[in-house]
Amino acid sequence: MAAHADSHGHGHVHAHHPAHQHHFETMEQQSEAATLGMWLFLVTEVMFFGGLLMAYLLYRVWYPHAWSEGSLELDIVLGGVNTVVLIGSSLTMALAVRAAQTDQRRATIVFLILTMALGLTFLVIKFFEYKHKFDTGHVPGPNFHFEGPDAPQVEIFLSLYFALTGLHALHMLIGFGIMSVILWMAIKNRFSHEWYTPVELAGLYWHFVDIVWIFLFPLLYLVDRSHHFA
Amino acid sequence: MITATATESPVNYLNHQSTVASWLLTKDHKRIGLMYMVSVTIAFIIGAFFAALIRAELATPQGDLLSADVYNRVFTMHGVAMVFFVLIPAVPAILGNFVLPLMLGAKDVAFPKLNLLSWYVFVLGLTFTVGAMIYGGVDTGWTFYPPYSTEGSNSNVLLAGIGVFITGFSSILTGLNFMVTIHRMRAPGLTWFRLPLFVWAVYSTALVMVLGTPVVAITVAMVAVERAFGLGFFDPRLGGDPVLFQHLFWFYSHPAVYIMILPPMGVISEVIACFSRKNVFGYSFVAFSSLAIAVFGFLVWAHHLFVAGISAYSAMVFSFLTFAVAIPSAVKTFNWTATLYRAAIWWKAPMAWVYGFMGLFLVGGLTGLFTASLGIDIHIHDTYFVVAHFHYIMVGGAIMGYFAGLHYWWPKMTGRMYHDGLAKLSALLVFVGFNMTFFPQFILGYLGMPRRYHMYPPEFQVLNLASTAGATVLGIGYLLPMLYLTYSFFKGQKAGANPWLATGLEWTTQSPPLPHNFIEQPIVTEGAYEYSKREIKVA
Amino acid sequence: MSGHVSPKSTYYAIFGALMVLTGVTVAAAFVNLGTFNFPVAISIAITKATLVILFFMHVKYSSRLTKMVVAMSFFFLAIMFGLTLTDYMSRGWYTSPRGSTGAGTQVGVSANPPARTETAPAAVQEPAP
Repeated sequence: MAAHADSHGHGHVHAHHPAHQHHFETMEQQSEAATLGMWLFLVTEVMFFGGLLMAYLLYRVWYPHAWSEGSLELDIVLGGVNTVVLIGSSLTMALAVRAAQTDQRRATIVFLILTMALGLTFLVIKFFEYKHKFDTGHVPGPNFHFEGPDAPQVEIFLSLYFALTGLHALHMLIGFGIMSVILWMAIKNRFSHEWYTPVELAGLYWHFVDIVWIFLFPLLYLVDRSHHFA
Repeated sequence: MITATATESPVNYLNHQSTVASWLLTKDHKRIGLMYMVSVTIAFIIGAFFAALIRAELATPQGDLLSADVYNRVFTMHGVAMVFFVLIPAVPAILGNFVLPLMLGAKDVAFPKLNLLSWYVFVLGLTFTVGAMIYGGVDTGWTFYPPYSTEGSNSNVLLAGIGVFITGFSSILTGLNFMVTIHRMRAPGLTWFRLPLFVWAVYSTALVMVLGTPVVAITVAMVAVERAFGLGFFDPRLGGDPVLFQHLFWFYSHPAVYIMILPPMGVISEVIACFSRKNVFGYSFVAFSSLAIAVFGFLVWAHHLFVAGISAYSAMVFSFLTFAVAIPSAVKTFNWTATLYRAAIWWKAPMAWVYGFMGLFLVGGLTGLFTASLGIDIHIHDTYFVVAHFHYIMVGGAIMGYFAGLHYWWPKMTGRMYHDGLAKLSALLVFVGFNMTFFPQFILGYLGMPRRYHMYPPEFQVLNLASTAGATVLGIGYLLPMLYLTYSFFKGQKAGANPWLATGLEWTTQSPPLPHNFIEQPIVTEGAYEYSKREIKVA
Repeated sequence: MSGHVSPKSTYYAIFGALMVLTGVTVAAAFVNLGTFNFPVAISIAITKATLVILFFMHVKYSSRLTKMVVAMSFFFLAIMFGLTLTDYMSRGWYTSPRGSTGAGTQVGVSANPPARTETAPAAVQEPAP
């Protein structure tokens, strides 16, 4: 780190980026700190989902039959489409970050809107999946109905299904809120190659949400499509 | 009034703005540290109130003061208040917040607004939990084990669970903030191995906060969802496993005890270095031991499940790992002792608390080895032996370390000195009272008295009465600092920038510090404890 | 601030790879690989995640610290999974002629478990505090 002791008294003059926070010496330090902060936050998110995944892992080992039955109740077409949609939204998000990096305000806005649209598509499809579960009585709890000898363990599977996808959907909603703010900032032309950190951080968060789904899709939808266990 | 000198300004972080809004909307890490001190002290008083009720009940063998159900709620709320709202935040959020940026030569932490948010989140969580108390409390034990917490209990599990869940985020955000601050905001020349050991300790703590807390958050959420909506995660009737909850819960809650003890250990290193006027013996070993404790601490959690029905093989693995995690703590203890050896020790109040820490932590740590032994644990699990063990570490260790740090950095935080004699007396009272309270509990546990019972066989009364009497002394020992420190805040003798003649960047700036800490960013050219290079004669 | 700018073609290529891998994982799910279905699916998922992390999240061009932070999260996740499973996988292993100190391989699942709507033992009604 460059060794210089600046006097930050009022007599000192140098051009400050409007987004520069003064407890940082330079914009670069600020951006590096912000990025590290977001990565550490994503670490906490990995552990957060990890608790649910531990439960999933244990019960999958114990109840392969029930896992197979439960998974076959999920619509693989809708799940597959959602996977394509969400990965697509990651692509548009990466392109949005790139546009901000290269001073392309229009493109940034377009790609952010596309990302949000694809995310919304995902949530709409999810909504219909959930609705189907409610209609067929496959929601765990006092009104759970499932035909089959493994019904109690299928109830555990579906509890984890709702917990995992519900938590994921909640994160997407939060991501929506973040995107709206970033979009507004992009419309206000706040970003440039000098400073695009918020877009980059929003991108990191969105990609994380995508990665969670990349795991959830096979874990929930693709357990036993070849009917090995059931 | 402070008279301005060439290096001191009458303006400091306490007096430069005095509106309520300037405190409640502050981004100054120093003010936030003080705000945490207020809320943590309130939580401590709440927890101490419940502790008093426990000891009052246990003075007699009959369950005559409180019914069994009420007693369950009392010890639960004692545990919840003390663990989540006192021990976890005390040193990191109060002392860490105040001192860390100063030690690094920085103007503030990396994310000051997030820091303020952390405090509000803490207060919100505390509010929910106090709400649970007001509505009748929780009776599951602070450990919330299902199926009782999910189905059997008809107490306010949801409210308390929400409170704990929310407060977890305060811890997570603080840890995140500290890690980024340490990585990215060190002054020029302040390389990792020139850092004060308190920074190594806080960094290791932050690592645990970031990695562990989310797991207990999701686990408490699973209990809440199972209780509220009937989802099945731990329900044995569905084939679920309640022991899975215990695995997930203790995956955080064991490393949590390292969150509680690592920062106080960092304080001990600072105070010992200063008052023995020496570099800490084996600096890099002590630094690495903090990291080792943080990492190894994640490998031992199932020693809380030894009698819960886990396999004997995994129990052996965890027992071995638990013995291993004692090693880095032992390294620290040996190195502190070696630092004190043949040093000309300056006998001031912070050292009184340090000596207390070392004696009590030693007992607590050694008795941990007893509980780590499978054969012994079969007999002492869920007895007062375990209760005594963890109180020796948490109260004898962590809280005494907190008080050591409070007394060490008090002049820096407030610009005032406190009455040294009173402070030493308090340390003595706490030490004596603590041993009177908890040493009998080792014996009680060994004799078979179980924990979490409001009544006991009459032959245990003498020891229980001794314990209750000790608690009274302990209470006085804790009350005194509240009095003389409050007095000192308003009327204490003025302290200069460096009353302890200590090394460390925090002592190079005025007391209380400027709002932005330093006039010029410091440049560091030497290690953390270069006392030998200093021409200081201590009076 | 200086950040690596990836060409658009990189992003499209990674997207293409992710689509291919998605197709592969769906197809593989319909093939009976026995116990290998799970590892294959997870391996594909890990590959996809790695591509997103390295290229969409720019970790390939990030500092060593960032890479360590990413690795650390998966390391601790692995600890949680692995050490917990040491318990569950070894339950029921032989310990002595008098039996194991641990529980059986799984919590007893009877053919007719009591329905969840049957009440749990009624909570003890203590006098109100």
